Amino acid sequence: MNKKKSLSSVTKKLIMAITGGLLVFFLLFHGAMNVVSIISPDGYEMICEFLGANWYALVATVILAFMVVLHFVYAFVLSYQNWRARGKQRYAVVGRQNDVSWAAKNMLVIGVIVLCGIVLHLMNFWYDMQWAEIQGKAPASGMEKIRSIFSESYYSIIYLIWLAALWFHLSHGISSVMQSIGWNNNVWQRRIDIIGKILAALIVLMFVSVVVYYWLIYLL
Amino acid sequence: MNVLDSKIPLGDIREKWNSYKAGQQLVNPANKRKLDIIVIGTGLAGASAAASLGEMGFNVKVFCIQDSPRRAHSIAAQGGINAAKNYPNDGDSIWRLFYDTVKGGDYRAREANVYRLAELSNNIIDQCVAQGVPFAREYSGMLANRSFGGAQVSRTFYARGQTGQQLLLGAYGALSKEVARGTVQMFTRREMMDIVIVDGRARGVIVRNLVTGALERYSAHAVVLASGGYGNVFFLSTNAMSSNGSAIWHAYKKGAFMANPCFTQIHPTCIPVHGDYQSKLTLMSESLRNDGRIWTPKDKDVAERLRKGLMKASDIAEEDRDYYLERRYPAFGNLVPRDVASRAAKERCDDGFGVNNTGRAVFLDFKEAIQRLGKHTVEARYGNLFEMYERIVDENPYDTPMMIYPAVHYTMGGLWVDYELQTTVKGLFAAGEANFSDHGANRLGASALMQGLSDGYFILPYTLQNYLADQIREPVVPVSDNAFVETEKEVQKRIDTLLNVNGKTTVDTIHKHLGNIMWEYVGMAREKQGLMKAVDMIRDLRAEFWHDVRVPRRDGMNNELEKALRVADFLEMGELIARDALMREESCGGHFRIEYQTADGEALRNDKDFSFVAAYEYKGNDNAPVLHKEELEFENVEVKQRNYK
Amino acid sequence: MNFKLKIWRQADAKSKGKFVDYELNDVPAEASFLEMLDILNETLVRKGEDPVSFDHDCREGICGACGLYINGHPHGNFKNTTTCQLHMRKFRDGETITVEPWRAKPFPVIKDLMVDRSALDAIIQAGGFVSCHTGGVPDANSILVNKKDADLAMDAASCIGCGACVATCKNASAMLFVSAKVSQFALLPQGQVEARERVQKMVRKMDELGFGNCSNTYACQAECPKSISVTNIARMNRQYLSARLADPLQED
Repeated sequence: MNKKKSLSSVTKKLIMAITGGLLVFFLLFHGAMNVVSIISPDGYEMICEFLGANWYALVATVILAFMVVLHFVYAFVLSYQNWRARGKQRYAVVGRQNDVSWAAKNMLVIGVIVLCGIVLHLMNFWYDMQWAEIQGKAPASGMEKIRSIFSESYYSIIYLIWLAALWFHLSHGISSVMQSIGWNNNVWQRRIDIIGKILAALIVLMFVSVVVYYWLIYLL
Repeated sequence: MNVLDSKIPLGDIREKWNSYKAGQQLVNPANKRKLDIIVIGTGLAGASAAASLGEMGFNVKVFCIQDSPRRAHSIAAQGGINAAKNYPNDGDSIWRLFYDTVKGGDYRAREANVYRLAELSNNIIDQCVAQGVPFAREYSGMLANRSFGGAQVSRTFYARGQTGQQLLLGAYGALSKEVARGTVQMFTRREMMDIVIVDGRARGVIVRNLVTGALERYSAHAVVLASGGYGNVFFLSTNAMSSNGSAIWHAYKKGAFMANPCFTQIHPTCIPVHGDYQSKLTLMSESLRNDGRIWTPKDKDVAERLRKGLMKASDIAEEDRDYYLERRYPAFGNLVPRDVASRAAKERCDDGFGVNNTGRAVFLDFKEAIQRLGKHTVEARYGNLFEMYERIVDENPYDTPMMIYPAVHYTMGGLWVDYELQTTVKGLFAAGEANFSDHGANRLGASALMQGLSDGYFILPYTLQNYLADQIREPVVPVSDNAFVETEKEVQKRIDTLLNVNGKTTVDTIHKHLGNIMWEYVGMAREKQGLMKAVDMIRDLRAEFWHDVRVPRRDGMNNELEKALRVADFLEMGELIARDALMREESCGGHFRIEYQTADGEALRNDKDFSFVAAYEYKGNDNAPVLHKEELEFENVEVKQRNYK
Repeated sequence: MNFKLKIWRQADAKSKGKFVDYELNDVPAEASFLEMLDILNETLVRKGEDPVSFDHDCREGICGACGLYINGHPHGNFKNTTTCQLHMRKFRDGETITVEPWRAKPFPVIKDLMVDRSALDAIIQAGGFVSCHTGGVPDANSILVNKKDADLAMDAASCIGCGACVATCKNASAMLFVSAKVSQFALLPQGQVEARERVQKMVRKMDELGFGNCSNTYACQAECPKSISVTNIARMNRQYLSARLADPLQED
């Protein structure tokens, strides 16, 4: 056999699952941190400062970025292979199955929307905060950024759309992780599905609450 | 001397197979590689034989008509497979299974073969379990058994209602393993057209590649036919659409004898015919008769109203129902054997008591069972069958009685084979439903799977080796040999003739017509006048076929041509079946002659004159076949008249 | 009943195919979908046209030969039903029915609605069996099997190999098919002996043949005529990953 042996389909799915799963943990942490901005703006500033350009924050950021890139690269590799496997001739009529979620069939498209959101988000926040600090400039205040960005209604709306996409992505993604790793079974199938949806809702709600809270504060 | 030498080993029946194996010739491993074997068919018999022979080191070429070997019609067997394991400790034994099978076959089977079958039944279960066949289990982890087809012991192993599927997939797995090892070459979408005989021995086959339409030649030292039964001669049967009799029919025309062709089994619990366009019939497990009660209305006018759809079964009061099996056979009631139940249903319908729009159906009612056992228990026992019925008929059997009607299911007849499963042509073997050997005039439930697998796994690997032992010096006949060229020419001529008819009648129309003749006159109840009429009608129909059939010309795949080739053979085979039924002036098992019945309407055997296997030798299209008789001797089983009163 | 049929016609593997419209009248409601096609073919033959080719055999839902993509669904949009067991009464009178062959790169069209599914056989040949020889096996009851495991193995073993899972999967993935066979043997002690090699060989063959990757949409489970569960896929993933770590196949 030649040396260029590619990873098996199951292994590639494992990579998607592990990177995706770690990103879920990151989102949980990030979401919890955001909620602090509602409970205690001072506390939030402290966290921002704590996660500045320190070595541990930078290491975590690099790992995180690596996860995102890996998750994305494999998403495209897999999608390309899958597209090829379908063959040249497409079905004229494609039906929908009642028990198949819309999200499951559109993970790539939703994922791209999520990615666009991330890019926007990095430009809005991270660029002026951690990146500025790395460059040796004074980082912007997290609370000020939150207040200024969500006082622009179009930003709030874009963020809410992004978070909706994130919900769809996670609603399938979390249970999908369990399936790909192989932890699904007859007993846990429904439970995993429900836990996944609850977790997705929890994460997204944490983010949404901040957007809505500061948007409403501005509007009222 | 009789040309039929069954080659049964001498000695006590319990020792015959052992002594055969002890005395047989072997082929050493280095020589096995030099020997080629062709296997036609990948059902239980074909797949298991090919896999086992491949394991031993022979070069095997195996052919199937479908796109994959896993689709062979053995897959549709539902009920189970018998074995004399006696796990439930209810008194079963090899001897009892042997005895029951001979008796069930109405004393028209060869004792030695049946004993061997019973003996090997246990090995089959061991083999299949080792292959990972998921048989039903008890909570203890032991294999579960059930009683089947009225047997007094629980000797049937099963995998839900899909036993045939699981056993076939087991054999398919074994076959796949050998394909991967390279000992077996698999050829799919190929149909055998003819056998090639060189110096009196079967040395190859001509097959038609169903995708390209090309004829292909394959050469070997021996040929095994495991091509199944010929039930589709009746057009409507429970057989698969591509099941056909052409492989054995052409073997017959090349000198193999055809044995007991009139022995066909009709299964009583099939879903009735609903219209002319119908392509096949679906069988429902016989177990339904354990709790269902069979009836028709007592009054013909009521039946007439049912047929016209003017009333429903539920409108008929209890006292107006005729539970005719319970009435006529008080001891066995609804559990009388298949042939008795089938015949009774046909009689009721012929007399005008049929209950569906075609007038060919009787009721199978679970009302009483639901009252007695509760809907839950009935559902647990028959849920999947009820579901299947509802899907096909669109009626809920919990509320309204099922309708059933008998249908052709299995053919006990087939190529005559000796104890080694070799036909009268040297080097040509037949296994499974394609041979006549073990079921006599009637096959017991859950015995078909047993026979197919014992032939393939445990008999052919020995007997073929014995045959091949003196063939090691014979080189493979090259396919450029004149015998191959000539045989291919014959096949091509047959195809061209069909394509040139260019008539108006479609193949299916003629096949349906043949089916009607067969069902009406050569079906469950036969009589001399009808059979003679059938012979004439089939001849006329055959003439019509060759003058007026329409087979479109087309390069490559030609599905109509495939069908036409098969029907052409059925049209000849039908006549032989009718002739055999005419010759056999007695009633036995699945063969019922109206003239030969007891005062109670039971099958009346004539052991003095007809205790033989009828083997026919082909003598050309224009001549009647020659009948050879293999006398049956019963040294171990006491021959008795069946009685189900 | 009357129907308008849009059927994929393709003379052979190399030709270009197209949809052809047919009108079929007076079809009995009790006819199965394949019997409806028989009726169509009968009229085509009478007219001297080429009849439509499609795979079919047992016509009782067990052999797995039939498989048509009907109105956007493999075997039509009806639960637990193969094409041969689908009856015309389930359609609306006058309905337009689109019939396509399975479409996936590993399943090339042979003619019309008939495709080559030998890739599925190739996967089984890669390891979908227990490597025991004929004869010389232990008594059937010498190895006990937990009833629940036996039942689960039977659930998985019910696969009829029709390929509907591949046909419906947007990725043309064969994971449900492969995992059903892997699971059947993984659940039984007889199959566990070579479980690690089996799962790796079968997955490798599946990938080689050009099937897509599973993306857990579970459309396969929704469309499987035998309701094979996607938990079999999870079991296969689990088996594969642990086998890969503990006992990787030697590169050959």
